[in-house]
Amino acid sequence: MVDGLPASATAGVLAAATTAGGVASPLYGEPPIIEVRDLTISYDGQPALRDISLDIFRHEIFGIIGPANSGKTSFLRTLNRMDGFNPGMDVRGSIRLNGKDINDWRNVYALRSRIGVVFPLPVGLPLTVYDNVAFSPRLRGIRRKADLDEVVERCLTRAALWDEVKDRLDSLGSLLSGGQQQRLTIARALSQEPELLLLDEFSIAVDPVTTMRIEDVLRELRSELTIVLVTNLVQQARRLADRTAFFLMGEMVDIGATEDLFEGRVRDERTTGYIEGRFG
Amino acid sequence: MDPRDAMDRRDLAWYVDRVAQALVFVGGISAIIFILGIFVFVTKEGLDFVLGSLNLGEFFTSIAWRPTSNNPTYGALALMVGTASVTGFAMLFSVPLSLGAALYIGEFATGKTREALKILVEMLAAIPSVVWGFVGMSIMNPLIIETFDVPVGLGVLNAGLILGLMAAPIMTTIAEDALKAVPDTYREAAEALGATRWEVILKVVIPASKNGLLAAVLLGVGRGFGETMAVLMASGHAINLPTSPFDSVRALTATIAAELGDTVYGSSHYGALFTLGIFLFLVTFIVNLTADVVVRGIRKK
Ligand SMILES: Nc1ncnc2c1ncn2[C@@H]1O[C@H](COP(=O)(O)OP(=O)(O)OP(=O)(O)O)[C@@H](O)[C@H]1O
Ligand SMILES: [Mg+2]
Repeated sequence: MVDGLPASATAGVLAAATTAGGVASPLYGEPPIIEVRDLTISYDGQPALRDISLDIFRHEIFGIIGPANSGKTSFLRTLNRMDGFNPGMDVRGSIRLNGKDINDWRNVYALRSRIGVVFPLPVGLPLTVYDNVAFSPRLRGIRRKADLDEVVERCLTRAALWDEVKDRLDSLGSLLSGGQQQRLTIARALSQEPELLLLDEFSIAVDPVTTMRIEDVLRELRSELTIVLVTNLVQQARRLADRTAFFLMGEMVDIGATEDLFEGRVRDERTTGYIEGRFG
Repeated sequence: MDPRDAMDRRDLAWYVDRVAQALVFVGGISAIIFILGIFVFVTKEGLDFVLGSLNLGEFFTSIAWRPTSNNPTYGALALMVGTASVTGFAMLFSVPLSLGAALYIGEFATGKTREALKILVEMLAAIPSVVWGFVGMSIMNPLIIETFDVPVGLGVLNAGLILGLMAAPIMTTIAEDALKAVPDTYREAAEALGATRWEVILKVVIPASKNGLLAAVLLGVGRGFGETMAVLMASGHAINLPTSPFDSVRALTATIAAELGDTVYGSSHYGALFTLGIFLFLVTFIVNLTADVVVRGIRKK
């Protein structure tokens, strides 16, 4: 069963409200893009996340909040099978992307190329600004300079960075400021043309004004793709997320429409406690 | 007490810091002084000969190295070609081998395999060169004679193989260090973009570590240039311009080692050997300088 749909969705009202610009609201009536069942993650036998089951729907921004150590990053990493990097990390349960178990994808690289990831601290590849953004298109086989130029400009523009870097595309990405580098990694994730975008506390190294600009971008992107937003700023979840899950000490304590959680319609009092800053 | 005193006080940590700085300075400076000292010494010993009786044209273009004849000639061309051919041959197979080994150890092997391989490589690096020379003489020599049906197995091929094997462990170790210096976050970020392991290595890891990899190769070249004993034993030590890998050659270093003991201090033979030393010094210096310039160029771009 599916947890925490907004009241309107469970009432079955939602049809896909398609507008000229894309899909305006989450497709709760359609099969979810991500289905997580009984997910348990442990490191060297120590559980970090226990028995999570949730669905994420197309064209929604799904927020995950929770204090440090609650397992948010671990959750994100399993979604695109980044757990392969860590031999001590053990993942149980099932995750389906578009109805297919992600462990059944023979080509893990193809899976990852459809999922964009933004890490908490910007990881610029040791390449120029241009090459950072052109990296993934080149992997896909795009070779023509004009095509690459077009992708690079489009992605940088959408990440609200184009105006600042258009004159220094050939300088190293690592020479940009921290906030610019983070927008560069967002542009790079967009260059994958992903259907799912995973953001892990993207605003840690970004100033408030830029954060707001990126949030606007994310809101626009929602019409094209699905976003999972891990954040330790509860207000950011409130501003952006359609639904939000609250992770605490490796458990999913709550999940529901963001408005419900923030207006006190919670299943667990600890959720309200955390949102109001009484602990965490 | 005036709180400002705390900022002026010379406490234990202050003195320790000062002493440590002084020690590091002395250590660093003395390394430079030693190298300069050796250079000055070698130059001084060879200088009289270079300025006096050396015929530069003969030195660089003649292969007649006859220091003990009644009418001595000092043509070092064959020795230079000998060193260059052996080193070049060694690098030809040793560079790919070492970089491949470094990539395997650094990027693919995990856990126990990786540790075991690293220890093995370091053990290989510790084998004395005379042992390698022995391997060249008593194992490779008959092997080459038999396999290729040639009269002598001591030559460019033999010395090159031995030298390559000798240089491989150090190149592997340095190259592996260079690969390890690339942060894992780069690899993760690139893989998250959907790059395969090989694409990550080719497009991210190697470009990010190219300075270190180049340093590893240069160290190998330097090792090849400077190696004496093994080359002396495996190259055949015959003055000759090689036309095939089976020809015997003689290396600069081996010549110095073999002849210096028999020379009279201050004689022109003695001076000529030191001139070879100066030449080796200069070549090494130029190789390193070029590499430095190249690396800087890459970095700027
Ligand atoms: N690579 C790892 N090796 C071992 N344990 C890990 C590793 N990564 C995470 N853990 C453990 O898993 C638990 C959850 O960590 P996780 O990074 O998922 O938390 P988080 O919710 O993202 O925290 P934060 O808000 O601080 O980023 C922690 O107890 C942590 O120690
Ligand atoms: Mg985290």
